[in-house]
Amino acid sequence: MINKVFPTPEAALADLPDGATVMIHGFGNAGMPAALIDALIAQGAGELTIVNNNAGNGDTGLAALIKAKRVRKILCSFPRQADSWHFDKAYRAGEIELELVPQGTLAERIRAAGAGIGAFFTPTAYGTKLAEGKETRRIGDRDYVLEHPIHADYALIKADRADRWGNLTYRMSARNFGPIMAAAAKISVVQVREIVELGELDPEVIVTPGIFVNRVVRIDTPMKKAA
Amino acid sequence: MKKLDRKQMAARVARDIPEGSYVNLGIGLPTLVADFLPKGREIILHSENGILGVGPKPAPGAEDEDLINAGKEPVTLLTGGAYFHHADSFSMIRGRHLDFAILGAFQVSVAGDLANWHTGAADAIPAVGGAMDLAVGAKKVLVMMEHLTKQGESKIVERCSYPLTGARCVNRIYTDLAVIDVRPDGLQVIETVEGLSFEELQRLTGVPLKRLASAA
Repeated sequence: MINKVFPTPEAALADLPDGATVMIHGFGNAGMPAALIDALIAQGAGELTIVNNNAGNGDTGLAALIKAKRVRKILCSFPRQADSWHFDKAYRAGEIELELVPQGTLAERIRAAGAGIGAFFTPTAYGTKLAEGKETRRIGDRDYVLEHPIHADYALIKADRADRWGNLTYRMSARNFGPIMAAAAKISVVQVREIVELGELDPEVIVTPGIFVNRVVRIDTPMKKAA
Repeated sequence: MKKLDRKQMAARVARDIPEGSYVNLGIGLPTLVADFLPKGREIILHSENGILGVGPKPAPGAEDEDLINAGKEPVTLLTGGAYFHHADSFSMIRGRHLDFAILGAFQVSVAGDLANWHTGAADAIPAVGGAMDLAVGAKKVLVMMEHLTKQGESKIVERCSYPLTGARCVNRIYTDLAVIDVRPDGLQVIETVEGLSFEELQRLTGVPLKRLASAA
């Protein structure tokens, strides 16, 4: 019997090694898997390469992982925010490497990894600093930049509901990077609000089919309201 | 002359958005446009983080941390709206499905080059978000910005001194002084604010402007 349900976040992340590339789902706090990040901090793995749209907000989640000096490098589109002080400090101290990627290119590089694409040409960033040193090509009447997939060892994801096969549904704009990160990582670990019986998720509305999901943990958190 | 304030600029841009448009509003000044879209026109707002049909701010106490816009502010979803993941969201942007992207800017060049993500300062932490995708992807890129810097220099320039977001991508510029089209043969003034002559606008702007017959 297939059962991807793990009892705790700690158990689901026990084998995550130093030096791993870890995708962390979320756009700001929407979709950020806080319980999994807390477990990763407690677990102790370091020298991590993190893939996220941002570089942490406030003092919790990814920001706390950066504060704990576990992150060697981050790939993101928008690190600088009013409350990204832990990243700002680490970056200015030279403790963290930044690869800045336009948001759509970040999404497509993640998608490409999960989809088995070797590389792709995108018009985004052509003629800008972010395309410097990259191969370009004129196709038809447009100029394109060659971009490569981003593969990951682990993806940490927050979804709404799951079953024991790992089928997932999400909640509103907290879907964001979840489906593509689940496909791009060797081991995708998902925290969900609720685990339901097989068959309870309507097959027409499953967003991430279980083939992309390895581990599921239920985190008993009330639905939080925005600050 | 009567310079437009930020709300008047937003109202001016909103007037030009037709019924049925799919529109992405950049963070900051462009976000104000949502408040001035003419009632009765169905215009669908897109947000990079996976929303079509972005609605107004929720009532106090009704915010939901899972429903935010690209500026990470709480929003609502209009009836008929939809959620989708990031790769689909940027397929909509890059794949030329959006009718308009309305973006803020530091500078726009006479050729329509856009600079809006990085001042180039050595100590600045760069952040680009979805700006480069919107610049190359939307069918029309509209820029909203103050015409002059705080030092009185024109933000419409021969060549951008700040790092580019996209090359030759801007179609129209809305400022607190004028509406200007970027055309292959140069910048064409569509209108100026009350009390501002074409000659005075030309003097303030520096780079060559063309006068539309109907402009003041």
